Amino acid sequence: MHANESLMFKQSARAKLADPQLQRSLARIPIKFVKGRAAAAQEFGDFEALREAGQRVRDTVLADLAGWLERFEAAATARGVTVHWAEDAADARRIVGEIARAERVKTVVKSKSMVTEEIELNEALAAQGVEVVETDLGEYVIQLAKERPSHIVAPIIHKNKEEVADLFAAHHARERKDDAWREDIAGLCREAREVLRPKFLAADMGISGANFLIAETGSAMIVTNEGNGRLCTTLPRVHVAITGIEKVVPTLDDAATLVRLLTRSATGQPISNYVSMLTGPRDKGAVEGPVAMHIVLLDNGRSKLLADEQLRPMLRCIRCGACMNHCPVYQNIGGHPYGWVYPGPMGSVLTPSFLGLAAAPDLPNAATLCGQCEVACPVKIPLPEMLRTLRERQVAAQLKDWRERWAYRLWGWLALNPWLYRPAMRMGSWLLALLADDGQLDALPGGWTRGRTFPAPAGDTFQARYRARQREMGR
Amino acid sequence: MSTARERILARLRTQSGNAPAHLASPIANGVMEDDPIARFMARANALQSTAERLASLDTVPLAVAAYLQSHKLPRQLVCWPQYDPLDWAGASIVRAPVADSHTLVGLTGCFAAIAETGTLMLCSSATTPAITSLLPETHIAVVMASQIVRTMEEGFQRLQTTLGRPPRAVNFVSGPSRTGDIEQTMTLGAHGPYRVHLLLVG
Repeated sequence: MHANESLMFKQSARAKLADPQLQRSLARIPIKFVKGRAAAAQEFGDFEALREAGQRVRDTVLADLAGWLERFEAAATARGVTVHWAEDAADARRIVGEIARAERVKTVVKSKSMVTEEIELNEALAAQGVEVVETDLGEYVIQLAKERPSHIVAPIIHKNKEEVADLFAAHHARERKDDAWREDIAGLCREAREVLRPKFLAADMGISGANFLIAETGSAMIVTNEGNGRLCTTLPRVHVAITGIEKVVPTLDDAATLVRLLTRSATGQPISNYVSMLTGPRDKGAVEGPVAMHIVLLDNGRSKLLADEQLRPMLRCIRCGACMNHCPVYQNIGGHPYGWVYPGPMGSVLTPSFLGLAAAPDLPNAATLCGQCEVACPVKIPLPEMLRTLRERQVAAQLKDWRERWAYRLWGWLALNPWLYRPAMRMGSWLLALLADDGQLDALPGGWTRGRTFPAPAGDTFQARYRARQREMGR
Repeated sequence: MSTARERILARLRTQSGNAPAHLASPIANGVMEDDPIARFMARANALQSTAERLASLDTVPLAVAAYLQSHKLPRQLVCWPQYDPLDWAGASIVRAPVADSHTLVGLTGCFAAIAETGTLMLCSSATTPAITSLLPETHIAVVMASQIVRTMEEGFQRLQTTLGRPPRAVNFVSGPSRTGDIEQTMTLGAHGPYRVHLLLVG
């Protein structure tokens, strides 16, 4: 697994806030993704009904995940696919490594897949002498930069074109006249195309993820824009698709429903450029397509999540990235401070779920609970509620600072004793109002006011005002 | 010793719930009301495909020749064998049998075309190879008016009634390949075609 750097969240977030280049890059999120999604949803019409239908599809699957997986496996096997089951990351790496060895694979081209990030597949294949090339433009840049994606859909959202040009200059031997090419985004894309095309043609094995696995037909569905997914799954003689066990859906029509939601929520597109449905290897006598097709089904904590009633809805996720695009925290710090594979609100639920509460103590708290993620989620995952659940579990597991835990206890006790609560509130608000300057407090203990002020209480408590208002209206 | 498969399935089985009632997917505004052909053309244009309408299949070679000329492309292409009988010589167009990385233009038909999104539905087979629409920089597709369906679901329906089961690859193609990875600036022609031109016949 990727070294988990979630423990460094606060330190890393502070550095990102002070990085002017990153801030310029992040400023594109609301303009491109948030606006794009809103426009696509509006143009669609009854997007709310579509979300409802999408949620139903995902909940149907989760109600009998074992059954749908078995149906998928039977259908895929009947079409000549070898289906593998991986308990965890190490298991999945071993399976893919063995396929590569058995097929005498020297070179691999990869289509974008967050699950392969989750299992750190590239490093494992490289260790057994296989050359792995990422072919999604963003992932290719990430590979050259030896970084991690900072967004699940737009991996290099944190970089600008000049940084991409620097990497290309360092890795591509080309004659370059002046510096104009560095500003030419279309030219950079063409350069990547020219460098990568021979890799596709020479590769022995293509590795992809799968957005959906279709139980009724045994198909893997892959949603892409660039066409690299099609090349990876058509040209090499072996195709391996790796995905999480939760990605199965019952029918072709269910996949159509989810595609409608996925691309609109991710990039604001009514459909992405290529939606490919792959069912088995090439038939005998066919002139194209892989000779062998493997599908690896990864658990790696997902069955544990299914057993967790409060967090189970997280398995509805179709990986569109809308929650991070709409998150005011993500919009300001980007994806890297979250420290593991999945950033933003979905990552703040997945990371502690997969790696353990203690591995990511800051993530469930890295949210304002403004609710935008839930509003934008195509399958209506109650992310804020789940973050709150994780916070409660942190307290229960004694992962919180003793002062914070005592503060909750004191509050709880006061709230159960109204005769004490009322005078305590009165005294508190009186005291805070006294300390305030211009209605704002700028020096509270605990660090809350380090980067912002705290609005002082209005003087009266809510209850006192409410009673006064009732009296007035009764008059 | 139990296998990973058995262990995973056993864990999942302890957690079965009640499946909620299925809801039919709503579709985009106007799909049922719009004229499917007009909608398909409009949506295809919005995806930055170009399109023209032809009266009959016989006029395809001349239309292709005019398109190649307007884009300063040589009069060479790879096409699906179903179009072999057309009068290519009359349009001075040379054909090659199989697309490779040097092929500039690929001509295909389609299995269906989807009005909701302006999408081509391509089914792979020995006579309808997927690479013809993938390797060349320019993809020209012939769409018969009768192939236009309203939604992806209708396309799947047709698949089930005519082929019975999905072929190795069903590719839904919605315009030229593109990427927005660098600075979220949409750029056409990532790894697939830079141009998609549709010839709507009938």
